[in-house]
Amino acid sequence: MIIPRLAWKSIMNRRFTTILTILSIAVSTSLLLGVEKIRKSARASFINTISGTDLVVGARTGGVQLLLYSVFHIGDATANVTWKTVIDIKKRREVKWVVPIALGDSHRGYRVVGTSKEYFKKFKYRRNIPLTFTTGNKFSDLFDTVLGADVARSLNYKIGDKIVLAHGTGPVSIGKDHGDTPFRVSGILEYTGTPVDRAVHVSMEAIEAIHIGWETGAFSDQGNKKSPENLRKLDLRPKAVTALYVGLKSRMSTFSLQRWINTYLQEPITAILPGVIFGQLWSMIGNVEKALLIISTMVVFTAILGMIISILASLNERRREMAILRAVGAQPIQLFILFSAEATTIAFLGALIGFFSLYGVLFLIQPFIENLTGLYMEITAPEWNEMILMITIVGAAMLAGIVPAFRAYRTSLSDGLMIRD
Amino acid sequence: MRDNIPAIQLSDIDFRWGSARSDFRIQVKNFRLEKNESAILVGPSGGGKSTLLSLICGTVRPQNGITKILGNDLENMSNSTRDNFRADNIGIIFQQFNLLPYLSALDNVLLPLEFSLKRKQTSGKTKQKIKSEAKRLLRNLSITPETIGRQKAATLSIGQQQRVAAARAFIGSPKLIIADEPTSSLDENSQEEFLEQLFYEKNATGASLLMVSHNPRITKRFDRLVKLENICTILPKQELVL
Repeated sequence: MIIPRLAWKSIMNRRFTTILTILSIAVSTSLLLGVEKIRKSARASFINTISGTDLVVGARTGGVQLLLYSVFHIGDATANVTWKTVIDIKKRREVKWVVPIALGDSHRGYRVVGTSKEYFKKFKYRRNIPLTFTTGNKFSDLFDTVLGADVARSLNYKIGDKIVLAHGTGPVSIGKDHGDTPFRVSGILEYTGTPVDRAVHVSMEAIEAIHIGWETGAFSDQGNKKSPENLRKLDLRPKAVTALYVGLKSRMSTFSLQRWINTYLQEPITAILPGVIFGQLWSMIGNVEKALLIISTMVVFTAILGMIISILASLNERRREMAILRAVGAQPIQLFILFSAEATTIAFLGALIGFFSLYGVLFLIQPFIENLTGLYMEITAPEWNEMILMITIVGAAMLAGIVPAFRAYRTSLSDGLMIRD
Repeated sequence: MRDNIPAIQLSDIDFRWGSARSDFRIQVKNFRLEKNESAILVGPSGGGKSTLLSLICGTVRPQNGITKILGNDLENMSNSTRDNFRADNIGIIFQQFNLLPYLSALDNVLLPLEFSLKRKQTSGKTKQKIKSEAKRLLRNLSITPETIGRQKAATLSIGQQQRVAAARAFIGSPKLIIADEPTSSLDENSQEEFLEQLFYEKNATGASLLMVSHNPRITKRFDRLVKLENICTILPKQELVL
């Protein structure tokens, strides 16, 4: 038991350099574990951008593209899905609910999403968290709109404000305003960290209403027909949707319904499982995370290397110490263990400190990170893979510690009791 | 019968350092140190004294010959057995830097007991008794255990360090004390005092003592003066400088 005690005292004797070494290992451990955590959180919050929706349906296209425009509002749909098809899908007995999505308009750079009131109940994110309102409520009037958190915050809107939507999605909307039909802000949603924050929601009927007279793509004036009062009298049942969120009664029927939709003959349409496409998408952009992981692994290597260098540097001035220990009866193997124990202790302390400081920092900055980046860092009990990472770090340090330990072993053998230079 | 067993007996030793070192070679035809005997070994620096001590302590092995310490043949022992044998039976004092700088003086004295159960048992049955034995040794060597004994070895003066080293060599009463110029870093008064205390402990424990020294003035205390050139052949021939 004397060897661990000597290792500890010897470490404490060189407190300053040891603390620096421990710190460098702690920082690198925090970095590695932190990157791992961010990686997982980013993946989880990305893949769970939309949850509770079993299938997303749109005009025939690639799965990634459909997901991009229907959920992330990136890019545009090539075609719409007719309302008749929507009804056909809705009538399937596997289907529990459908929520229509109509895209194509914008408000000052933010996408307008035409949808039904169901949307606010069925759209779930992360781990099945429903949308909630900061203030106000769902649309009750034809010209009501519900804003995402980012929209309201950056444009400084509050309940009752009037906003004008623009046709198309470009940043410049001169001459394309739906100026004769202003909308009233009826509700503002809580922050979610998903594309919902950047969306302006209106009802499907409102989308129909503001597009009367726009059938050719540019507005042809049909007199004073287009005042809100006149529009309210018209039949505003939607004729088409851009995409459809579908919820099923049982997940078991997901694939059969998907097959049915993909082989639907009246219209070329595509159904995707959002989770699967999210996975594909993530594997495309996930290389960044791998790079991060590699870099932080390198940092750990550097820290361990630094530790070995500092132990090796101390070796020469400690030849005397080794001779003393040999003189009182220590075996060379015990000196080997002494130096190994030193490396292991330093690495263990470093990893431990790094681990706890990471969790400490996470607790402190978690809300800021979520506000700033929308990345929700879930603080969970340490997972197995984190433990494995830490064990790997300590193990690597132990392994690297063999270098100075073996040198100490060799030196103590050849020096004997008398130090010969 | 056992009383006649010499503390050290070297016969027909032939030792070379590994090829990488040098062509230094030392041969010892016959050397004995009797039980209870004290001998002082004098010789030129770089003349192989340290190598001879390493051979006696069993930290290096000769290519040929027999090394018997207290009747035990070191050459027949495994490496770890030899290390244990050294821990049990030999107390060693170096020229200087004897102590682990990060341990207290008292812990330095107790250090050999961690490697030798035999010496631990000899010095006391309980932890308390072992500690008071270490304190007694320190006190005999004019180190106050309650003050200086608690200090880190690195903070002690060289004279104090040498005395702590002597206490460490004697704890648990090993039968052979090897000292490599232990007084060379002390001034004249301290030298006298140190030797006085060293011999007091040697006589109290009945140990044999082999000391290397350059100092001709201290030889009178010893039973025997051994000249290195009389027992060793050093190859290649070296300039003898005293």
